[in-house]
Amino acid sequence: MKQIIIASGKGGTGKTSISAAFASLTQKAVFADCDVDASDLHLILSPKIIEKENFVCGKEAIIKPLECSSCGLCYQLCRFEAIVPNTESKSYAVSSIACDGCGVCVQHCPEKAIDFIDKESGMCFHSHTRFGPLIHAQLYPGGENSGKLVSLVRKKAIELAQASNMDFILIDGPPGIGCPVIASLTSCDALLAIVEPSLSSLHDAKRLLQLSKHFAIPSYVVINKWDISPKLTKIMEAEFQNMGIEVLGKLPYDLVFTKAMIKAQTIIEYDSTGEISQTLRSIWKKLIHKNEYQPYLIKKEGIL
Amino acid sequence: MKIAVASGKGGTGKTTLAIALALSLEEEETFLLDCDVEEPNIHLFLPFKDCENKAISILCPLIATDACTGCGLCVEQCMYNAIVKIKQKAMVFTELCHGCGACALICPEKAITEIEHHIGNLSTSQGNFLNLVQGCLDIGNPLAIPVIKAVKKAAPSKTPWIILDCPPGTSCSMIHSISGADAIILVTEPTPFGYHDLKLAVNTLKSFSNAFFGVIINRCNSGDESIINYCNKENIPILLQIPESRKIAEAYAQGSSLLEVMPEYKVILKSLLYDLKQKAGQAI
Repeated sequence: MKQIIIASGKGGTGKTSISAAFASLTQKAVFADCDVDASDLHLILSPKIIEKENFVCGKEAIIKPLECSSCGLCYQLCRFEAIVPNTESKSYAVSSIACDGCGVCVQHCPEKAIDFIDKESGMCFHSHTRFGPLIHAQLYPGGENSGKLVSLVRKKAIELAQASNMDFILIDGPPGIGCPVIASLTSCDALLAIVEPSLSSLHDAKRLLQLSKHFAIPSYVVINKWDISPKLTKIMEAEFQNMGIEVLGKLPYDLVFTKAMIKAQTIIEYDSTGEISQTLRSIWKKLIHKNEYQPYLIKKEGIL
Repeated sequence: MKIAVASGKGGTGKTTLAIALALSLEEEETFLLDCDVEEPNIHLFLPFKDCENKAISILCPLIATDACTGCGLCVEQCMYNAIVKIKQKAMVFTELCHGCGACALICPEKAITEIEHHIGNLSTSQGNFLNLVQGCLDIGNPLAIPVIKAVKKAAPSKTPWIILDCPPGTSCSMIHSISGADAIILVTEPTPFGYHDLKLAVNTLKSFSNAFFGVIINRCNSGDESIINYCNKENIPILLQIPESRKIAEAYAQGSSLLEVMPEYKVILKSLLYDLKQKAGQAI
């Protein structure tokens, strides 16, 4: 089983468009959208949902006002500032946003006046797409435990891949380097970081690449929109070289990204013979070969 | 007046706008807070002069193995699976700990003390008018929320203007960044991804916030009309539309602010802020 993740650190560099393009170049693969709070891959892959599952994770404290003696112990013990005192009615309530579900207040309330209920924070889907199966999810607004929802998506993708005799998973990752990214990255076989020539993207990608190094994941880079700043592209290429990270390809700034998106198509479908599609094919081939994946993973399009 | 600049989708221009908004205020006391603690970027555009650094930490358990009887109460109590029992002794996985203190409170042997565990850095820089605050999460640490909280606390609440550059998405880190704001600006772009994530962000605001909010459409001539139609239908004010411009993209790439290449936006953004202040129900 091989797992490749497309991520970026900074948002908006082209992760999802590029993941979708790779999906259309692949066969015998499971796709996993691990950007669970603002997932977009489904907008291109137009999945038909086969199965859905509620994501119940973590707990939330609720004070029963009639049983509360207003002693204030919960307020003193809570480290998440989740117990909100009401000075007028001399009572306490739990802020659902701030509550981390640690259970300290529940355990120590002398009146046993605090309930501890399951928190449903999202949905996980198994879908069919024109390129193969997709596991994706939707975290409810403001949802916590996004890292655990990512882990659920990955677990389901692995189970599905095993059950259907596919040995390859392509992951569209979330932005950032925090909890959902860590959950997306662990135990992957390769990271492809999509960057653009800007100081922000370079800064963010370096943090991501440090994270992947921490997890000992082989990492590669694609520079998207390189011609926005050829000067910075050069600087970035040198920086990545110093870090021992190979740049697998460069893509020029091209409206084909938006045009394909508007048609709900991958770039390969929208403009199969264009420059961007050709470059994407060559990047995908390099990535596959680097990782000694089975050549049958690459779809026969006639061009390859 | 606290204004949060947020978006569902990443890379729509939050940081560019937050910086330009703060700079447009010129000689008014302002705090610009970088709440995108996973990937803070404001420092790439505005130097943190005479920067003061402070460690951000949470309290994690340290188990006195001699005193631990292996009763397992702490393991049972920990909601984050950060403590396991190995060979009749409790063992802590610090990277899973949220620092709630439950284990120390429950241990009958008082075998658990708590020590500070570094999770990030807080940097502040005071200017004559513009003050900058940035939180930076340690690489490999998943806990963004305590860092975001520390950033927000660094600005005195009576500051005339507080502008928050928020993380992308609609999860807990976005909610914690926008909570308490008087007005929220959602930055989007007119593409299907931008539109889809804007709807998610709007639903999130509707569930969690009573603050006034409006939309800024960046690169407004690069896609389709769906966002304008949506905003009109939902009665969401479109505060500003910024056309696609290579000049802006190139300036951004090199760490220049929007106002350096398009100084005409200074007046526009300043009046946008005053307009927001009025709409948020505060006397000017």
